[in-house]
Amino acid sequence: MAEKVNQTQNFLKGIIKENPVFVMLLGMCPTLGVTSSAFNGLGMGIATMFVLLMSNIVVSLVKSQIPSKVRIPAFIIIIASFVTIVEMVLEAFIPFLYEQLGIFIPLIVVNCLILGRAEAFASKNNILASILDALGMGLGFVVALTILGATREILGSGSIFEFKFVSEDANTFILFILPPGAFIALAYLTVLFNKISIKTT
Amino acid sequence: MSKKKDTFINMVLSLFVITIISGFSLGYVNELTIGPIEKGKIERKVNALKLVLPTFDNNPIEDVQLIKSSLVQDSVEVFPAYENSKFVGAAIIGSTEKGFSGLIKLIVGFSPEGTIKNIVVLEQKETPGLGTKMKDEKFLAQFREKNPSAFNLKVTKDGGEVDALTGATITSRAFGEAVQMAYDEFMKNNGLLIELKN
Amino acid sequence: MDYIIILIAAVFVNNIVLSQFLGICPFLGVSSKVSTSVGMSGAVMFVMTIATITTYLLHQYILVPAGLDYLRTITFILVIAALVQMVEIILKKVSPPLYQALGVFLPLITTNCAVLGVAILALGLEGGSLMKAVFFAVSNSIGFGLALIVFASIRESLELADIPEGMKGVPINLLVAGLLSLAFLGFTGLV
Repeated sequence: MAEKVNQTQNFLKGIIKENPVFVMLLGMCPTLGVTSSAFNGLGMGIATMFVLLMSNIVVSLVKSQIPSKVRIPAFIIIIASFVTIVEMVLEAFIPFLYEQLGIFIPLIVVNCLILGRAEAFASKNNILASILDALGMGLGFVVALTILGATREILGSGSIFEFKFVSEDANTFILFILPPGAFIALAYLTVLFNKISIKTT
Repeated sequence: MSKKKDTFINMVLSLFVITIISGFSLGYVNELTIGPIEKGKIERKVNALKLVLPTFDNNPIEDVQLIKSSLVQDSVEVFPAYENSKFVGAAIIGSTEKGFSGLIKLIVGFSPEGTIKNIVVLEQKETPGLGTKMKDEKFLAQFREKNPSAFNLKVTKDGGEVDALTGATITSRAFGEAVQMAYDEFMKNNGLLIELKN
Repeated sequence: MDYIIILIAAVFVNNIVLSQFLGICPFLGVSSKVSTSVGMSGAVMFVMTIATITTYLLHQYILVPAGLDYLRTITFILVIAALVQMVEIILKKVSPPLYQALGVFLPLITTNCAVLGVAILALGLEGGSLMKAVFFAVSNSIGFGLALIVFASIRESLELADIPEGMKGVPINLLVAGLLSLAFLGFTGLV
């Protein structure tokens, strides 16, 4: 029973208590760079989650076979392989998203979130725990990016997931889809998130 | 299973094995995706051509003409369209570096007389929400069925006939310039294209 | 002329941190003191330039001729990681004072996405040549340094400011970064 509670907590921690974006400030580059719309945020989140899940699985499977001195380069190769796979698959089947995310797809490799989880969690835990950890953290990342993307899209373009709710020539806060808006929106979302998470815990 | 020791052999061996496995699996995925990627690229080009050209029965991508021009570094791509071996128009890629954030690349379709059939924006880096509105129907519509010999492609501010986008005059100016460039190239090579199929 | 445009574009108009969002981790992480941010900027400039030269040559003369372009990401990150290690070892032996100044920052650079980002972006430069790629890397590292040092100076004075409880720490830093980015937005259209 205690085991089960542990696993649930393991899964949930990534979403609120240790949210990679709002609390741990990991993977900030894609967080700020691609979230000019909700769809882009969601796409980036899912791509990252996939890489995180696969690398956590593989790392936790092969952890005992890798000498500890070369573990970091080994993890990097594993992560880079999955990133390249994501890159190729996106280009082949979702070219629209591939163009929107651009340089930030290969840069998933250097997302500290992924290497961080491989090193801090997957290399020490069994496969089931690693999968749950990746799913929780990944989901936290997806949720954060989608919320940030949606906020910026609503304020900046007057639409949500491309669905426009203001008239064609209405003036919107363009600032929010420009670079400064990313920082400012994230700043206020972090404040809000801290308020909520303090209340819930 | 105990942890592998940090001997030199172990380190080299484990990294080697991981690299080999990842190399092979990437090669495999590459084989799978290379087809769809190429197909997608051609498809997008064909779709853009279908949008800007009148109906045609040849393959404009195969008949593409690369024409040296003094206006750009590389040669200009011209896609001629024919129906029953008769020249019905051509699509030309026009570009300019003078957009608000640099390059704007568009494809313009012309009838044999030089009337603009349609314009599709291929590449741009303009400000979202301002300059990107050049892709909107409202802006593009004013160019359709206009012949640049009688329609001044400059913005109204500069004495032309193009209604500039609100807050994006530089983008509108650059857009007109790119269309003008495509038109100039088209008129220069019009004769050649009519000859080509005969 | 081309080179002047690259420089101005990289430092002001498309500043790598404030408008391209590369290298945000060190930008937020090591910017609490001006002195450390100067050290970090130096280390980034060093590694970014060497890394771009290496990856550019590797891409041009090995990956492309062999048709292995799709292995770009994986080779680049490995080259950068190896390079950082090598630079660290060589500096330690050759120039201890420089190692003293930059040493602590070097390991952090492997996961600095600005380095990998610039290496990849340098491949896509118009009319690309090795000279241009190197110049692009140097310009971008100057842009990185400028953003980092300006941000660190603001943060130092921020220590003394009276900030609302909920805004303390991360949010106020992000807000300052946003305002800084807004200031840099004023350079758009310069080139």
